[in-house]
Amino acid sequence: MKYGYFPGCSLETVAQSYDISARITSKKLGLELSELEDWNCCGATAYFHIDEILALTLCARNLAIAEKAGLDVVAPCSACYKNMLEANVRLRQDDDLREHINFALKEDNLQFNGQVRVLHLVDVFMGDAVLAKMRELVVNPLRGLRVAPYYGCQILRPKMEREGENIERPHFLEDLIAVSGAEAIQYPLKTQCCGGSLIITNNSVALKMVHNLLKCATDFDADLIVTTCPLCQINLECYQKQINRVFGTKFSVPVFYFTQLLGVALGIPMRELHIGSEIISPAPILTRFVKEA
Amino acid sequence: MAEKPSFQKEVMNLMHVMDGNPIEACIQCGTCSGSCPAVEYMDYSPRQIIALIRADKKDEVLSSDTIWCCSSCYYCTVRCPQNIKITEMMYALKRYCIWKHKHKSGVIGPDFSRKFVKIVVKTGKSYEPGLAPTFIFKYGVRGVIDNMIMGISLLQKKRMAIMPKTVKRIANFRRVLNRIIPIGVEQ
Repeated sequence: MKYGYFPGCSLETVAQSYDISARITSKKLGLELSELEDWNCCGATAYFHIDEILALTLCARNLAIAEKAGLDVVAPCSACYKNMLEANVRLRQDDDLREHINFALKEDNLQFNGQVRVLHLVDVFMGDAVLAKMRELVVNPLRGLRVAPYYGCQILRPKMEREGENIERPHFLEDLIAVSGAEAIQYPLKTQCCGGSLIITNNSVALKMVHNLLKCATDFDADLIVTTCPLCQINLECYQKQINRVFGTKFSVPVFYFTQLLGVALGIPMRELHIGSEIISPAPILTRFVKEA
Repeated sequence: MAEKPSFQKEVMNLMHVMDGNPIEACIQCGTCSGSCPAVEYMDYSPRQIIALIRADKKDEVLSSDTIWCCSSCYYCTVRCPQNIKITEMMYALKRYCIWKHKHKSGVIGPDFSRKFVKIVVKTGKSYEPGLAPTFIFKYGVRGVIDNMIMGISLLQKKRMAIMPKTVKRIANFRRVLNRIIPIGVEQ
């Protein structure tokens, strides 16, 4: 299957390891990620603070580019995913809004007609055929490794087009972790927010939110935390030093991406998955479970 | 003589697209506040903010730090039994504050958002180092040191870009945005 891949700004810089590992594991699983040509920023949360139609226009341009290529959009970042999913639903439903934004998109010879779907990379990996192939290809079952699945917010909420899906008690990450052979631990805060951009705009509040998450995951003896979003990864990983200073804690728990976890199980060398580009590397723990590093 | 719209009406008018049920449908059950991961750091809870809007207490709402503690996690929105889009209401209040320059002093959110939008309008992509001036000196010496240590770590791990990236058809991109709202477009 071929998809219109939308990496998003974070995956070009601070979350490069997510981009690399997403591409390499997808390839191994027979999924073709074709990067959307000349995509732009999804608007994050900041654009909605200024103007909601402007924010939706940014997403609409990307959706129109995907439409031109005839490909469904796949976003690995939960925030990009939520923004584009939301724009897709709003523009399909609201004729006036669509007309207004299409008038603007003419300046770039683009048009939104609501012809493509917006998927998170996890959705693609959760396809029955992909899961079956994954089970077949696991060469390094990570038996005994305790992984905390961390969902965060934007992959689950708001509910857009998600009727019938269990957004209060999801288990798709547990299912993916199970394929890798690792054990997914249960802990109550798995769908609680990491604070997002508050880490910058309201640092003390976000630090407390992250502290609560780290405490909860480690109280339930997580060896590692797995995320589906670059923002969550940064907040949970890069701020541990600061949290330890502020709260007098001793957190040192690696936080990495589900694509990296699966990649290791699939036998892709850790270096190729950019494991080691974290401030707190999961490599020392993972090597214990990998036959040939 | 035209009648001055209530604050509640003004807030609803700021939610052009993201409409749910009107704020007046609120039954004050407190599910939003009970679900909010940041409620303990807010001066008014989300439920109280809704009550204040309905009581036309504009100044109290706009000067509260509640909206700047909201991380847009959407727990309140998905759980609200009255289908009020509370997260979108928080966004609407942020927009109102930013336009009217009526926020609590010392909050970083408005400057951060303005700068973010400017960077994206200019290049089509976000660029973290370009945002630093909006916050780096707001957390005192310790904050500067913490941010510098992290910046160096990320640079060492090649996780920070030296130069911002730009979309290829940037002129077209800017013209698209200019057709929506003519803000800050530098030609």
